[in-house]
Amino acid sequence: MSTRSLFIIWGLLLLSFILMPLFITSNRWIGFLEMTFFVAVMGQSWNILGGYGGQYSFGHALFFGTAAYIQAIMQQKFGWSPWIAMWFAVAGTVLVASFVGYLSFRYGLKGSYFALITLAFAEAFHVLARSLDSITEGGRGIQLLLNQDPDKAISAFQFNFAGPFLSSYGFYYTILIAMVLVFAVTWLVEHSRFGAQLVAVRENEEAAEALGINTFRTKMGAILLSAAITSFAGIYYVQKYLFVEPGIAYGLSKSVEALFAPIIGGLGTVIGPLLGSFFIHGVGEITKDFIGHYVGDRPGVDLILFGVILLLVLAHMPRGLAGLLSDVWKRVAGGRNA
Amino acid sequence: MLSASLISKSFGGLAAVSDASLDVPEGKIVSLVGPNGAGKTTLFALISGFLKPDTGSVTFNNEDITGQRPFMICRQGIVRTFQVVQPFTGLSVRENIAVGSHTRIAKRSEALLKAEEVAALVGMEDLLDRPASDLTIAGRKRLELARALATGPTLMLLDEVMAGLNATEVHEIVDVVLKIRDSGITILLIEHVMQAVMSLSDHTYVLNEGKMIAGGKPKEVMRDPKVVEAYLGHGAAERMAALEKKTNA
Repeated sequence: MSTRSLFIIWGLLLLSFILMPLFITSNRWIGFLEMTFFVAVMGQSWNILGGYGGQYSFGHALFFGTAAYIQAIMQQKFGWSPWIAMWFAVAGTVLVASFVGYLSFRYGLKGSYFALITLAFAEAFHVLARSLDSITEGGRGIQLLLNQDPDKAISAFQFNFAGPFLSSYGFYYTILIAMVLVFAVTWLVEHSRFGAQLVAVRENEEAAEALGINTFRTKMGAILLSAAITSFAGIYYVQKYLFVEPGIAYGLSKSVEALFAPIIGGLGTVIGPLLGSFFIHGVGEITKDFIGHYVGDRPGVDLILFGVILLLVLAHMPRGLAGLLSDVWKRVAGGRNA
Repeated sequence: MLSASLISKSFGGLAAVSDASLDVPEGKIVSLVGPNGAGKTTLFALISGFLKPDTGSVTFNNEDITGQRPFMICRQGIVRTFQVVQPFTGLSVRENIAVGSHTRIAKRSEALLKAEEVAALVGMEDLLDRPASDLTIAGRKRLELARALATGPTLMLLDEVMAGLNATEVHEIVDVVLKIRDSGITILLIEHVMQAVMSLSDHTYVLNEGKMIAGGKPKEVMRDPKVVEAYLGHGAAERMAALEKKTNA
């Protein structure tokens, strides 16, 4: 696919997302898109470390939850403006990531060992969040106050100051902008020296080191960038739902969502996490509607289905949906040229 | 240019390399030969930083580089290739070589251009967009060479770049190695293909059971009784000398 047609496709996609709220008024559909973009951001952060760098994390909830808690505590308990608190949330998350990264990469933990250490850290923070009652409110979680006063809405991060349209769609545009920025950063990484060296580390660490790549620093760069991006997802979540508790913040489901999207969508591709996120949320909605219709509302049914899909994708489509699309495109374009 | 003096390395009591020394003068092709298991690849790993020597030192351009990490040694101008080739199989030939050129070039587009240049030098210009996983053994050996060359080295350590190739392919790669030497890059190579060793090297070292047993001009070294015995077994040198006398008589 030529660069020009790629840019056109990306542009059309972006335009349709921007215009979406003008045509779609269904709250359910907008909520669906919001969650899809949110998981795409989480997935892209995982993709930088796992898809490009080959370091499979099983505990991205660690970064998500740390940012969410720092944000919630500073906003609710200290009364700080979200615009100031968020930079502390990013910095705190990056600090945690640098500790985990240093520990793992300094001692050469790879593959399943790296996956396990990230999982272990996420679980450790899960326990901490539950037990440090005086800071985190324990299992009750932190509830942020909804501010009805339009003058104070900015400092509580709500959009009711900005008129009826934005108070409905403010969060939609916030996560859309965040996603566009994150995807742009990923594209830049892919076309930079850092990205090329990161991919080399994924492909063969020993050869990369022989060719002059500081593999430790490259992997550290990837985990710090990945954590910083995940922290924006955590900050967004707290603003949108005004609530955080240990299970949401550090539970397995956020970690799993973060890795599902890029693996199904296409590892090490910019579009992959978005495709994967669309796919899993689409399937999730459909199972809720159809399977739920027959077996009743049984939580976990969609998870079983995800598991099966993941197995099928890993076995038959190692390049994910992005790989499938590019094969189809090649066949169509090839047929046209022939 | 490169000088290793009295370096030793043992693995759990087994001495892989003991008190080995070698010198590589600038602009030359120096070869390192020896029977299987002699410790040649270990010696390469010790020079290029993949292993730390227990004792001894390695100096490069009069600077001590002993025990530095491989990427630092590469940035100073020493690059190694691997006996078992290690291509980045998920990438194209162009991208593979560009990983090497990024060592001295920050900009992506310039690194990719440099990759094309290097590919032409080793005769891979027609394969640039092929995935590395599609290459034949000969292609992979060339890629290994190209990637290393792209890092802009002044000294290359080539570990059996001709092993497993047929006669024509050996001939082609010998030409590439000579071209590299002529461009001003010094070469130290491990090789089993004797025809290549004899025709290429200015100086040959022989390693046996971790010890350097001979060094000199390739033709002289091959006649050294110690070397003959290392390859053919104890007493072989005498038997050969006797045989030679008989045929001459």
